[in-house]
Amino acid sequence: MFAELGQYQFEVLAAYGATILLIGGIVALSAASSAAALRKLNELRSLEKRNE
Amino acid sequence: MIALVIRDLKLAMRSGGGFGHALAFFFAVALLVPLAVGSDSAILVSVASGMIWVAALLASLLSLDRLFSIDFEDGSLEAIAVSPLPLEIAVCSKICAHWIATGLPLAAAAPVVGLLLHLPGEGYFWAVASLLVGTPALSALGAFGASLTAGMKRGGLLLSVLVVPMSIPTLVFGAKSIALAVAGASNTTAFLLLAATTLTAVAIAPFAAARALADSLR
Amino acid sequence: MSVWEFANPARFVRIVGRILAPTALLSASLLAVGLVWGFFFTPPDYVQGSAVKILFVHVPSALMAINAWIMMLAASLIWLVRRHRVSVLAAKSAAPVGAVMTLAAMVTGGIWGQPMWGTWWAWEPRLTSFLILFLFYLGYIALWHEVDDKERAADLTSVLCMVGSVFAFLSRYAVNFWQQGLHQGASLSLDRDTNVHNAYYVPLLLCMAGFALLFVTLVLLRTRTEIRKQHSAAIAARINADVR
Repeated sequence: MFAELGQYQFEVLAAYGATILLIGGIVALSAASSAAALRKLNELRSLEKRNE
Repeated sequence: MIALVIRDLKLAMRSGGGFGHALAFFFAVALLVPLAVGSDSAILVSVASGMIWVAALLASLLSLDRLFSIDFEDGSLEAIAVSPLPLEIAVCSKICAHWIATGLPLAAAAPVVGLLLHLPGEGYFWAVASLLVGTPALSALGAFGASLTAGMKRGGLLLSVLVVPMSIPTLVFGAKSIALAVAGASNTTAFLLLAATTLTAVAIAPFAAARALADSLR
Repeated sequence: MSVWEFANPARFVRIVGRILAPTALLSASLLAVGLVWGFFFTPPDYVQGSAVKILFVHVPSALMAINAWIMMLAASLIWLVRRHRVSVLAAKSAAPVGAVMTLAAMVTGGIWGQPMWGTWWAWEPRLTSFLILFLFYLGYIALWHEVDDKERAADLTSVLCMVGSVFAFLSRYAVNFWQQGLHQGASLSLDRDTNVHNAYYVPLLLCMAGFALLFVTLVLLRTRTEIRKQHSAAIAARINADVR
């Protein structure tokens, strides 16, 4: 199958690789910040409960 | 409103900034160009019309960051906001004052910079004309950008990041109206589009800037 | 159910919690099928050879780069008119995603340009417009960062988005105008519309749907993050007030 890529093998691979890297990056970042926000919210909530 | 324009002009003159600095910067950039690309006349001729506009854009940007922040800090902006004068009109007079202090001198100095950059003869008239017609857009968009960054301590760099992309149509049409004239082609379309861009900017900027300033003052 | 029900942050978070996993799964599977199909099972074009396969990542990312800005414009307008906080937070969340899509479109465009035009970067109107769009995204994101007060940041960025849209639109035409006479158009134009044959059509459609859903998923996720951050800030402020 890679033979079919022929003379443009590098370009096609680079384009797919770059896109997957960029999109994977923003997905990972979004997921990480979402998890962090949830953790902080839960911490603060329990802190508030304890204060009461 | 006219009183406000005169007040701003007086302030610009007294601080020695307004007129002098933008003009000096305009010449400084014009000096950098031959030093960077070489003094070969053929190269200079091919970049002259564009570099005049790049230099004008940079000089106009440079003088923006104090446009509202001084008035914001000393409270005179608040005084203007509570006065019966609509904030939109106040922004208009700010734009006028900025244009008289930078755009007008830049247009007047354009032939000298053109000479330094070996601008061909057909270009001089259009360099002045395109700067006269185009720089109000730079002042208007700059005022909008300055209104967004008014409350910030270090808004200068952000201001440029915001204003430069919006100035692209003006730059393109302005440089094109000189370049086409130099090439001996008709530049009517480019010049009319430049004027249209300026009208768009002047029509939108006061309202947007007034809205942003009102937010910052609240 | 009216669309304004989403405007209630608590309800928004609840709805997002329910639909996030399905949209994420669906977009992932659409992308997987579309990209694998595009990469392995499409014939090389008779003019462009296998480079035509870049189509499947380039066109969808370019499409979403523009659509993301349009979505931000709509969301900013809703905020300015109806003051729904979720709306402006959605615009804020969409900006980095749109910027990444723009970057992906530029990078894949450049990689495609290398074999087709013999250069990584041609000052071709479309590529140039994307660079300008990228600058607009950067300015918008930077303004969010610099303004501390949340309410003010929301207002200022919304105004910037409206005014920026006008000039981004003008730039598109300015750049087209600027190109006239500088280059011979024919050697640079890739007429994509006529290039899309049936063999490429279905996987391209799958990829576009996958990218669109991916964008929706990311915006929902990021908006929920923003809402939670504001919620945290509110609780922190309450705790501080109690301590004093």
